[in-house]
Amino acid sequence: MAKLDSKTPAGPLADKWQKHKQEIKLVNPANKRKYEVIVVGAGLAGSSAAATLAELGYRVKNFVFHDSPRRAHSIAAQGGINAAKNYQNDGDSVHRLFYDTLKGGDYRAREANVHRLAEVSVNIIDQCAAQGVPFAREYGGLLANRSFGGAQVSRTFYARGQTGQQLLLGAYSALSRMVGAGGVELHTNSEMLDLVVVDGHAKGIIVRDLITGAVSRHSADAVILATGGYGNVFNLSTYARQSNATAIWRAYKRGACLANPCYTQIHPTCIPVSGDYQSKLTLMSESLRNDGRIWVPKKKEDAKKDPASIAEADRDYFLERIYPSFGNLCPRDVASRAAKRMCDEGRGAGESGLGVYLDFSDAINRLGEAGVRERYGNLFDIYHEITAESAYKTPMRIYPAVHYTMGGLWVDYNLMSNIPGLFVLGEANFSDHGANRLGASALMQGLADGYFVIPYTIGDYLAQQKPGSRPPADRAEFKQAEENVTAMTKRFLANQGREPVSHFHKRLGKLMWEYCGMARTKQGLETALQKIPALREEFHANVKVPGSGDTLNQSLEQAGRVADFIELGELLCRDALTREESCGGHFREEYQHPDGECKRDDEKFGHVAAWEYQGEGQTPLRNTEPLNYEFTKMSVRSYK
Amino acid sequence: MVAPTTKKLFSVTLRVWRQAGPAQPGHFVDYPAANVNPDMSFLELLDVVNDGITKDGGEPIAFAHDCREGICGTCSCTINGKPHGPGQGIATCQLYMRSFADGDTIVVEPFRARAFPIQKDLVTDRSAFDQIQQAGGFISVRTGAAPDANSIPVPKEDADLAMDAAACIGCGACVAACKNASAMLFVAAKVSHLGLMPQGQPERDKRVFAMVQTMDAAGFGNCTNQYECSAVCPKTITHDFIARLNRDYLGALFRAKFKPVSNAAGGGGS
Amino acid sequence: MNLLGSLFSSSLGRKFLMAATGLVLFGFVTGHLLGNLQVFLPPEKINAYGHMLESLGAGLWLIRLFLLACVVIHVWLAIQLTLENRAARPQDYGVTHTNRATLASRVMARTGLVVLAFILFHLAHFTVRIGHPQWSEHTFTLLNGTKVRDIHTMMVQGFSNVGVSVFYIIAVGLLSYHLAHGIVSMLQTLGLKNEKWTLGLERFAVAYCWGYFLLNAAIPVAVLGGLVKLHA
Repeated sequence: MAKLDSKTPAGPLADKWQKHKQEIKLVNPANKRKYEVIVVGAGLAGSSAAATLAELGYRVKNFVFHDSPRRAHSIAAQGGINAAKNYQNDGDSVHRLFYDTLKGGDYRAREANVHRLAEVSVNIIDQCAAQGVPFAREYGGLLANRSFGGAQVSRTFYARGQTGQQLLLGAYSALSRMVGAGGVELHTNSEMLDLVVVDGHAKGIIVRDLITGAVSRHSADAVILATGGYGNVFNLSTYARQSNATAIWRAYKRGACLANPCYTQIHPTCIPVSGDYQSKLTLMSESLRNDGRIWVPKKKEDAKKDPASIAEADRDYFLERIYPSFGNLCPRDVASRAAKRMCDEGRGAGESGLGVYLDFSDAINRLGEAGVRERYGNLFDIYHEITAESAYKTPMRIYPAVHYTMGGLWVDYNLMSNIPGLFVLGEANFSDHGANRLGASALMQGLADGYFVIPYTIGDYLAQQKPGSRPPADRAEFKQAEENVTAMTKRFLANQGREPVSHFHKRLGKLMWEYCGMARTKQGLETALQKIPALREEFHANVKVPGSGDTLNQSLEQAGRVADFIELGELLCRDALTREESCGGHFREEYQHPDGECKRDDEKFGHVAAWEYQGEGQTPLRNTEPLNYEFTKMSVRSYK
Repeated sequence: MVAPTTKKLFSVTLRVWRQAGPAQPGHFVDYPAANVNPDMSFLELLDVVNDGITKDGGEPIAFAHDCREGICGTCSCTINGKPHGPGQGIATCQLYMRSFADGDTIVVEPFRARAFPIQKDLVTDRSAFDQIQQAGGFISVRTGAAPDANSIPVPKEDADLAMDAAACIGCGACVAACKNASAMLFVAAKVSHLGLMPQGQPERDKRVFAMVQTMDAAGFGNCTNQYECSAVCPKTITHDFIARLNRDYLGALFRAKFKPVSNAAGGGGS
Repeated sequence: MNLLGSLFSSSLGRKFLMAATGLVLFGFVTGHLLGNLQVFLPPEKINAYGHMLESLGAGLWLIRLFLLACVVIHVWLAIQLTLENRAARPQDYGVTHTNRATLASRVMARTGLVVLAFILFHLAHFTVRIGHPQWSEHTFTLLNGTKVRDIHTMMVQGFSNVGVSVFYIIAVGLLSYHLAHGIVSMLQTLGLKNEKWTLGLERFAVAYCWGYFLLNAAIPVAVLGGLVKLHA
């Protein structure tokens, strides 16, 4: 049984991080270059960590499966990044950002982590502005803000609808600088396929070069995973097609605990599915909810009609009706479920009936078409590209889609997993968003972890490792891990199956969406727990992976990833089944208030569930870490 | 979760460049595709064709793709001679089959340039762009050393123009479209973005030298001001940034000849 | 490295040299045209102008050498850059597609070569006067009594040959076409274009090129049409 010590420092909430920074161990500058750190992933968390650690003097090796670090999926975040700058003078503060984030997460995150996140949010904006990130500005040259879901202040910084891109390019530029300076050794097209654990500590990884197929061993004094979320377990999601859970899943199989996998975020504003061939769902930024009004027809018989022909009196602006104080800006999970309820009632829009209208006619009347274009032009263009409809003329049709996973590898306050030496940052860890993430908080967390947390906390671990003590890559553990990887490759290529990998991924996605999507039931989850192992068996018997292992082979890459998704999907359902409450992104139909809101059970489930691998075919172990709320009261989340 | 479509389906032929590896010769292969839904994306059609090839015992077409929403810059097909295909201001992944007609033959090739060697089929190595960035595409600011964000006001007009340049997704379509395989639009976008911000001034001259030098060494061609680059740019970045790059470079060159250099430059602290 | 060395060793530097020499040559052909247009005035004018230029002596040779150097650099770099550009795409596309590159921009090397050939012919014809030794002997007496070379007669006799005139008209046509891309391209390379001026500059270039062609072509046409005749 894994020991889950959160190592949360004692003392008043607002002083914990300062105090912790003063108390943890340091590595002296001359010794830093004697340590090698592996960073896997180069999204916001990975590239900011790699750059910052190299600036400090550590020797960093950065591995990315993309052809360039700039392609990581952080780049697709549209809306913005939160920071408690209070530049708007509207009453924002570190405490308020902390509170909003904790409440937005439905009281399932660690208080101390969330408070630290809010504290460093202000440094992030400073850092990014200094890097030349072209944030939106007011005419006086100062930074502009907009508001986002789940907050009543305007604290979101943005760069048009491409904030993630600009922040990532900022972090990428910092990383590029350190690559140029020799501080970071960059390995592109390199996928981590196993974690090497030596004497209980994470000391290296096994990597496959996706172009040449060469498998190599890399040892280090510490390993950092910043490999993103596992939303593609649903196949259709707003994730990039290549986003995968392989790094965290293989680490899980080496003993790292996976926490709260059932906390998956369904984003309310995505473009609805149009056909079976569909490979991806496209997000329309939450910022659209600032000016767009969401509605469905009041009457079922109007559902298939042209929206323009539906009179104002026959429209149900359901978010404004149910949540008068937050209206269209209520949190994502709340908005998504409300949209689902409307569609379940038969009032959904469009050919499929799975859609609600996001209407800009009021905004166009108020701001003019040019005003709306200035704010959201690129999003309207994206919508037009995909649907061939102009949202200036007719309301957008939107539907919820899987967008983010709050769960991830368990980490302590230092962002270290239960395997010493293995650190996990960004979406890949579980730490800061609880059961639901607020808009514009993912970018904040990724950069907080990479720029401002890990550079301090990794020192505490490394200071306890003797310089030069990392094991050589010819140790038995490395050899065994490499053989493990090569064997898997061989098995896939030799398999006498008939169906392409995508066939199984689609089926897994449908199972997950049906039984473990926006609304979950005990019965559905139990069904899924029967069907997924069967699918897994069928996959291994019948998957066809053409080509060879010593060249670029995208089918082989996908096969490994889908194999992991199937196993992770099972764990996700298991977690959802055992969490007998509803909270944030985890909604169990059996546990709801009469108005359809989440009914938490703080008594029984006010804890983190961290799953521990017990070997193939064995039921994993459910460890728990109690959430001790010292400063805040777990209360009923209300956006009414 | 998917309703049957009322859209009229059609057929096309994909004529795809197949090349087993960097050193092997390549050739075109025809793949017929039926039941194409106009709402399908071009890459989704490639997915479907690839599943068919796999089932038939062949090796699927390797193509680069990731976000499928036009922002990561991974996808990189030249379709009917035009990088990212018909349409304006889109990446390959944002191309939908409604842009084609029944019976069309669609020719699909990789981005072609000496500096972007083909790795397999439609996948090319664009790491030259990363090298250019590593040479100078940054503002040197150590983490934690930044002043308060509002202590450096940036005129809105400059920030907006910088953002226009910064929108570059690094896909390489500019190189692929250029008759000379020149990377000027990419470098111009990077240099302009940072050069337009007050934060970018201290390293401005050094940056433009380093980036142009690395660009030259990577084997790209030279700009002949034909603006094929901006015509295919998925983010419609204007070639006026190339004029800005030229201006920056020449200015830096002349300044470098007259600016005195401290004797102590490069010395360490005591 | 010195400035010239830096210019010759980088892509942008060589582009700058192309543009700068182009600018000089552009200035030269413009001045040359203005000088030639004096053929429409009484013969006194153009002959006096020619005499003024010839009397520059060593200065004239300096100008000629400078112009020659510009031509050499312009042509040499054009060849070098073109070869590099071809090498930058070793394998061509199966389908070639042009988005917006003008025809003028795509035939710069070819128009340039014809213009180069024409310059050599033109120098041999009117400056060295190969085959026409008599043009070196014709004299003209200016109003102030100075005896000068009779350029007016040389031009009228030269353009009376239909073949020469046709080649001249074709060559200035191609030179105009070369400039149609060259002028805007030069401004872009020198960094003198920006988001605001682009359209105006492009319009100026088109107007200039048409003007340049029509005014140049007017000279042989006027000679052949009898509008400009041998003076008494």
